Amino acid sequence: MPASTQPVDAPPPAAAPAPQPGPRTAARRRRVAALLLLLPACVALFLFFVLPLLNIVVGSFTDPEPGLGNYVALFTDGYTLAVLGRTLLVALVVTLAGLLLGYPYAYMMTLAGPTTRAVMVTVVLVPFWTSMMARNFAWMVLIQDGGVLQKLFGLVGLDGVTLLGTTTGVALSMTQVLLPFMVLPLFSVMQQIDHRLLLAGQSLGASRLSAFRKVYLPLSLPGVVSGASLVFVLALGFYVTPALLGSPQHALIAQVISVRTRELLDFGGAGALGVLILIVTLIALAASRRLAGAGSAVAAHAVAAGGDR
Amino acid sequence: MKARLWLKIVAVLVGLFLTVPTLVVIPMSFSSSQTFQFPPSGWSLQWYENLFTSPAWSTAIRNSLQVALVTTVLATTLGTAAALGLNRLTPRVRGVATGFLLSPIIIPNILIALVIFSAFLRLSLNGTLIGIAIAHTALALPFVVIAVTARLQGMDAALQRAGSSLGAGPFSVFRKITLPLALPGVLSGAILAFVTSFDEVVLALFLQSPSTLTLPVQMFNSVTVQIDPTISAASSVMVLLVSVPILLAQVIGARRGKAGRQ
Repeated sequence: MPASTQPVDAPPPAAAPAPQPGPRTAARRRRVAALLLLLPACVALFLFFVLPLLNIVVGSFTDPEPGLGNYVALFTDGYTLAVLGRTLLVALVVTLAGLLLGYPYAYMMTLAGPTTRAVMVTVVLVPFWTSMMARNFAWMVLIQDGGVLQKLFGLVGLDGVTLLGTTTGVALSMTQVLLPFMVLPLFSVMQQIDHRLLLAGQSLGASRLSAFRKVYLPLSLPGVVSGASLVFVLALGFYVTPALLGSPQHALIAQVISVRTRELLDFGGAGALGVLILIVTLIALAASRRLAGAGSAVAAHAVAAGGDR
Repeated sequence: MKARLWLKIVAVLVGLFLTVPTLVVIPMSFSSSQTFQFPPSGWSLQWYENLFTSPAWSTAIRNSLQVALVTTVLATTLGTAAALGLNRLTPRVRGVATGFLLSPIIIPNILIALVIFSAFLRLSLNGTLIGIAIAHTALALPFVVIAVTARLQGMDAALQRAGSSLGAGPFSVFRKITLPLALPGVLSGAILAFVTSFDEVVLALFLQSPSTLTLPVQMFNSVTVQIDPTISAASSVMVLLVSVPILLAQVIGARRGKAGRQ
């Protein structure tokens, strides 16, 4: 075991019944140091995050009374089911719209020269690191009644289109807010595709379109899967945009969790919703991991964090 | 491969969609109107004046700075130590430990908010600045771990071995070799931790009390509770203070990375 981390020649255990103390104590010391270094962060995370999370999960089965009551209520109270359906719909629309906008953009990034590409990367990262409140406030100004977007719709003959306080307005803004999370995984996969494969396909008689469809699209699929699952998952639990631009009558799941937690102190009910989001999140990420390789969510954040990979 | 014209047009449109909407906050912030009317009918600096002089907004700025600083110190210390620890583990254990440390970025924020709200209610940390800072540390920790780990992975382990074979103790190897080499990663981790906390809304919203409103929460309340156009000045300042340094760091980092690889 230590030999794999220590490139220093350690004698094989079988050949040396009494190995020299040097490498072995060094390896042990290294392991102890590793544990001591990791301990504070892990303990903090455990105390302030994992333990309370377990508490909420357990509470969703026991609070106010033991059983599946909280979960049954989600599907029978006549309200939550509609919220769940609306949230799923918004998440799907945001994911699809993101894909439609993000795919050509990421593809263009792979074709652009170094300078243009740097500009395009920056453009994706601008919203990533622009204040969340500023961006949502900007959308609020744009889609308000009498706002720019309503006037634009008026120009093409669609008078009085209301966006603020509607699910459409929320979906529109969320598409923009979450688009970087689509583009970054797409680009990181597309970057590795050799464009000569497309030329090879065309020289073998395929049309431009079918070379793209049969060669490029399948190769870019891991990026599609990881970008789409990431955006879907983020959209599912998104709070700020629906809270600011939506309305309580058209609430998404995060708004309901907020009301149940902060106003009703109904941790059992909120917990059941939270567990539901968590399960969907874990399924989506596991599926993405299986289809697209490890850690797409982490990879996108790593790109954004400037972690060079 | 040449890009077709339509592809270029689509890319430009998407690029505009990503950047332009946010820019409306800048003309908005110079508006003289008491509403969120856009484009503004007249101009004034009143919202900037209000941002820096009204007690509510300046307290919010101070609260945010305090929380972000504490978060930065906590997350950078814990995260850097953890990244150094991860680097010493065998690949298999490292994978599991990394997954655990990075889990807060995978869990939806609303769930983290619910979890921490209920836990802090019991610990009476709700409505305290230190409570918000602790919660933000959980969110910021992964960014520090990612930044420092990326830096450590590019580092030649032979340097540390050379140091210790030349007689340096573990501590002076750390101080004289590991830390200086990891420092850029630590610094970018610290910046990311600061920004993560300074811009965070959901957790701060859940943990707010009248005396612990952070700037993003004050902004949130200024459109939901009352109509206060000061938010447009705050947004503009945030865009300038948060986005510009990060983008500069990105550009410099990218250029340096490119130079290093060639």
